[in-house]
Amino acid sequence: MTDTMARGRAATPTTPEPEQPRHRRRTKSPYPMWFYAPAGIIYGVLFIVPTFASFYFALTRWTIFESEFIGLDNFRTFFSEPFLFESLINTLIFAVITSGAKVVLGLLIAVFLTSQIVARGWLRSVVFFPVLISAVGIGATFAVLLDPFEGLVNRTLAAVGVEGPGWLTDPNLALFSVALVDVWRGVGLAVLIYIAGIVAIPQEYFEAAKVDGASAFKRFWHVTLPLMRPATTTVIILSLIGGLRSFDLIWTMTGGGPGFSSDVLASVVYKQYQAGFYGLSTAGNVVLFVLVALIVVPLFWFLNRKEVDR
Amino acid sequence: MTTQAEPKSRLNRTYSWTAGLLGIVVTAVIFIVPFIFIFLTASKTRVEAASLEFSWPTEWAFVENLVEVIQARDYVLVTAFINSTILTVASVTLMVVFSAMVGYVLQRRSSRWNGLINFLVLAGLIVPPAVVPTIWVMQRLGLFKTMHGLVFIMVAFGMAFCVLMFRTFVATIPRELDEAAIMDGAGPIRLFFQVIFPLLRSVIVTVIVVQAVFVFNDFQAPLYFFPGSGNETVQVTLYNFQGQYSTAWNLLFMDILLITVPMLVMYIFFNRQIVAGMTSGAVKG
Repeated sequence: MTDTMARGRAATPTTPEPEQPRHRRRTKSPYPMWFYAPAGIIYGVLFIVPTFASFYFALTRWTIFESEFIGLDNFRTFFSEPFLFESLINTLIFAVITSGAKVVLGLLIAVFLTSQIVARGWLRSVVFFPVLISAVGIGATFAVLLDPFEGLVNRTLAAVGVEGPGWLTDPNLALFSVALVDVWRGVGLAVLIYIAGIVAIPQEYFEAAKVDGASAFKRFWHVTLPLMRPATTTVIILSLIGGLRSFDLIWTMTGGGPGFSSDVLASVVYKQYQAGFYGLSTAGNVVLFVLVALIVVPLFWFLNRKEVDR
Repeated sequence: MTTQAEPKSRLNRTYSWTAGLLGIVVTAVIFIVPFIFIFLTASKTRVEAASLEFSWPTEWAFVENLVEVIQARDYVLVTAFINSTILTVASVTLMVVFSAMVGYVLQRRSSRWNGLINFLVLAGLIVPPAVVPTIWVMQRLGLFKTMHGLVFIMVAFGMAFCVLMFRTFVATIPRELDEAAIMDGAGPIRLFFQVIFPLLRSVIVTVIVVQAVFVFNDFQAPLYFFPGSGNETVQVTLYNFQGQYSTAWNLLFMDILLITVPMLVMYIFFNRQIVAGMTSGAVKG
């Protein structure tokens, strides 16, 4: 659809007469519409077309070659099979927990790392570094570290006399363990965004508060926190989008198990795809799409509106 | 930050040191230990690594493990590194050029399409890609299971972020510059590629670094759109090894180490750009 834009007529002929007659005469503007074409074609064909196609194929029984229209059957299956429906709940739990933890921990760590302490730069680098490591590498490492018997975590706990739980083998705990690792990996980005925000606060605000006799906690609560709203908006939206689509870490750490206890929408989409249920897989994709749209779009609108109101 | 607190300087110094040292200890335990564990296990012999202890290797087998991992399954890791390099270089190059063009025209020219394009860019950041329909489209076009197909996929998925970065940055370049170049007889192509594009250098570096990290680390797209033997990227290889080497932890962790190192090097050299790119979202908001 975007490639039609390339042919859109120039609306603002601001250019002086082209001095080079051999250059395409038709282009009036120095900012030609066809600059959109390469990006538009790739994006349109490989992103927009599949997204619209998914709304149709979600309603079919589909082997990649032929599709049979079956109405809402896939969605009926999706919401009636407990193990499929559970993935929807798990996705929500995972996204909410991880983004909540990233907001709280990220802000606290950022405040700590902008205070007067030694080795500040080094600490910032260390906290941020896991963001750059592949989720597969982190997943494989923590799957070993969180092993119930031989893992480093439970061994350390045993050394101080605590019996560690089966982090990834207990169905009630697996999803939360993965969420914990996701926070470990992603909190550095939240910290970085908050640090950028805190550093931008004019120093006078803190000094004025200090002159008025505000304690360090009060300065945080009444100066830093309210001014961190834009940064919080960014952190929440980024980590919700990431959390709702999360796949790599869950797949490498638990594979959705034990049982289906840590399955999320993205892993269901993959499992159904592997099993050859392409229609059902696409229905899972559509459910994910609707979920992301229902959560992120109103949130985006709401949080941004609040900002303007102030 | 609080530079004027002279009388409390002793107290501040005590805080500075205790808090700093506490921070170092805590981050060391939480963030550094897993990396040391990776390195130590990668250096052990198979028997010693099997115990999964956090201990100094009694016998260093680093080089042997390295050679064994590289030779495993007909040098699959070498293929994977070649694939990942081609993928990263090609897709990041296309992404930079194409989205710089979009960001530039989008910022400079107001037409009735702007609203739609801005909407599509935001959608690109939010909407999860529809997997099987994408495969269907790729099969129709003969792009499925091909490297250039995967490159285009990466470009499509990463473009929204790049366009936003470029649009913001182009706004800081004065229009007078364009006008001067047009006066001197530059056509649209020369204006963009010879005048504007070189001025985008700093944001281009940022975009390259951030996208290179994303593309290199991506697991899902190669898993879906580039399956088959000979087509592995490093992340997929690691995933396969994870299943295969559950008895040879030294080799698994050597593999993790090898895949982590490029990003570590990247971070050391491009620390500033990475930080700038990753936080740009916050500044825009």
